[in-house]
Amino acid sequence: MASPEDLTGEHGSLYAARKGVYPKKVDGPFRRFKWAIMAVTLAIYYGTPWIRWDRGPHAPDQAVLVDLANRRFYMFQIEIWPHEFYYVAGLLIMAGIGLFLVTSAVGRAWCGYACPQTVWTDLFQHVDRLIDGDRNAQIRLANGPWTAEKIAKRTLKYAIYLTVAFWTGGAWIMYFADAPTLTQDFWSGQAAPVAYVTVAVLTATTFVLGGFLREQVCIYMCPWPRIQTAMMDEKSLLVTYKDWRGEPRGSVKKAEKNPGAFGDCVDCNQCVAVCPTGIDIREGPQIGCITCALCIDACDSVMAQVGRPRGLIDYCTLDDAATEKAGGVAPPIRKTLFRPRTLIYFGLWGAIGLAMLFALGQRTRLDLAVQHERSPLYVQLSDGAIRNNYTLKLRNMELRPRDVEVTLSGLPGARLWTEDGARETAGQSLRLPLAPDSVTSAKLFVVAPGAGPARQDFTIAVRALDDDPRGDRETIQFDRPGTEP
Amino acid sequence: MADHKRIDDVTGTATSGHEWDGIEELDTPMPRWWLWSLYATIVWGIVYVILYPAWPMIHGATEGVLGWSSRGQLEQEMQADAQRRAPVMNAIAATAIADLPAKPELMQAAVQGGAAAFRVHCVQCHGAGGAGVKKLYPSLTDDDWLWGGDLSTIEYTITHGIRNPDHKETRTSQMPAFGHDGILEPAQIADVVSHVRVISHQEKPSASSARGAVLFEANCAVCHGPAGNGGREVGAPKLTDAIWLYGGDRASITATVTQPRNGVMPRWNSRLDPVTIKMLAAYVYSLGGGEKAPTPAMAAATAEGPGTEGRGADGQP
Ligand code: SF4
Ligand code: SF4
Repeated sequence: MASPEDLTGEHGSLYAARKGVYPKKVDGPFRRFKWAIMAVTLAIYYGTPWIRWDRGPHAPDQAVLVDLANRRFYMFQIEIWPHEFYYVAGLLIMAGIGLFLVTSAVGRAWCGYACPQTVWTDLFQHVDRLIDGDRNAQIRLANGPWTAEKIAKRTLKYAIYLTVAFWTGGAWIMYFADAPTLTQDFWSGQAAPVAYVTVAVLTATTFVLGGFLREQVCIYMCPWPRIQTAMMDEKSLLVTYKDWRGEPRGSVKKAEKNPGAFGDCVDCNQCVAVCPTGIDIREGPQIGCITCALCIDACDSVMAQVGRPRGLIDYCTLDDAATEKAGGVAPPIRKTLFRPRTLIYFGLWGAIGLAMLFALGQRTRLDLAVQHERSPLYVQLSDGAIRNNYTLKLRNMELRPRDVEVTLSGLPGARLWTEDGARETAGQSLRLPLAPDSVTSAKLFVVAPGAGPARQDFTIAVRALDDDPRGDRETIQFDRPGTEP
Repeated sequence: MADHKRIDDVTGTATSGHEWDGIEELDTPMPRWWLWSLYATIVWGIVYVILYPAWPMIHGATEGVLGWSSRGQLEQEMQADAQRRAPVMNAIAATAIADLPAKPELMQAAVQGGAAAFRVHCVQCHGAGGAGVKKLYPSLTDDDWLWGGDLSTIEYTITHGIRNPDHKETRTSQMPAFGHDGILEPAQIADVVSHVRVISHQEKPSASSARGAVLFEANCAVCHGPAGNGGREVGAPKLTDAIWLYGGDRASITATVTQPRNGVMPRWNSRLDPVTIKMLAAYVYSLGGGEKAPTPAMAAATAEGPGTEGRGADGQP
């Protein structure tokens, strides 16, 4: 039992200063994999807005574009309208299930490799190494006095941080407007204020989160580790220190003197030195571990040096850990990856993906919406006929102008016209020119004989007058006197 | 509680003293940047209070050194909006109303503006969407017009009103109170009503309607025309069609002949600017009954019976 006085010392402080993390350079298969992922993700992020895509004269030629002003989302050949937002919802669901899949199979792989916070932290840590040197030099410089050299190095380093951060913010806005034009406008001061504000905010957050807060984001700010922990089970792969093999630890010298008394860990602390979140994996699985596997690379190279088998720290499931501890042999990793849970997730994920692809292939680019005007529900005309008014909305989602025909059926003796026409020239159908990539809305008048049921369903259909005959139809009501409540 | 606190052996962190089922809570210190973030929000709050209205007082609130107010911002936005709309409004003002349909964009803007103004000034009588109110206010959506349904005529009607006592240019006419003023005997009125119901195809000709036809010729044809087709120069309704503002059954027509309503519509040039009136006219025109060209007089036209499709026994819904 500690006395209250004990709590006022270093353990009693309510707020702890961040301990600097100076990860050491390391090489190995996982590090190289991380390099590859970093290169790919950064290239996608910075490069995507610059891919051009010719959509013809009526649409922007940027491959990926979120056109907020015109409410369109372009992704290569696909164009999404606001009312088709379910595709985006579908993508989000796929992303969610994808995370379940990945997490249940390989644990926090997202955290370790693909999370933007990880990628940019990694990038900034390379900048640190470039300017300040590797771990020891960094520690020396951090603890040393403010010499001219230190000031120069810090200035240079923060300048690079800021440049990276600025590029990061700058790339973001390119997704929302034509990239080359926006770049020009941005530098000539003619871009929209929101562009400058966005860049400023993203520059600031990248600078602070990637440059300084780093692992603090993963440990304190991000809710994701907590959620991921809940999604893992005893069959998920984790970076694990195999204590049954490593303990008790002792240096090579000690082990030589006392053969058989020590485990495989030579207590070299390399695994701690390379860890980007500054934790000691030998203390067991913990929330600070982002499963980047750099400690595996570090330990494997130590094991190679001292001539012991690799894998003292390795990807391992809790089940396998228990098996190995009990002296058994863990099944191959492939078995952990393909098990009912992951297969179900994968099946679900794939099914949604296929369904969306199918829907995308089937969707018509000519869409009709008819709304019955309710005030008045019907109009008594002087010759005794009854007119109903509708609002007609025609979406031409193709990037070319189209002529369409709107036809009425199922209402005997009825004729239709729009505000541009007149009852005298009305017929069973009418033709309308639609502008490319636009919604045309028109007042539709339908007149029918006064004799008939008070309420009658009929159909309004639209069809394009070009080579693509697919269109849309809607069944709607015609009201006559007697339908008032 | 304090004496339950201790240092946890594994982590070296103090425990908070909370324990549940053998599980103890570590009192892990908060990161210091958290504290600084808190200070930053406090500073932000103070700065905000100085810059913007914040403290409620008895009359109003502190003003803030920036002088910002939500009302002021609204004002600014309204002004900006008026400025944004100015080119369209000026173009509408400069275009003669009959020329609007030839400029679809202007026409559309006018219809939209008119719809907004209609919701404020006109729905009280003419109903949402111009549906009218039975036996009180005419529907503006049908194809029957008392004074004419082309753009210029509608604009004139809105501008000057109908039977406005204080306005010279108002549209005016008066149907005599044939029954009330004793011009016609009740029996004669019944005959006229029969005739009117015959020409509107609601009744078969009878001895009464034959007598009524003679009376009609003498008393009503001046305004309603010899065939009952109405006369727009005096706003006399067409009596041969299916639309009856005050009802087309015997009782209603009898009431009208006995004591006509002579409905009044206010003139709007005293309250609305010409552009708004123009937009209102465009909106009313667009409701479905708009007529392309003015057709001032119908009374002389030959009697043309209404279509008989779907007529109820009394021609009324
Ligand atoms: S413990 Fe290992 S896997 Fe976990 S974050 Fe540190 S280096 Fe990465
Ligand atoms: S790197 Fe391997 S050998 Fe070295 S301390 Fe870590 S676990 Fe032990």
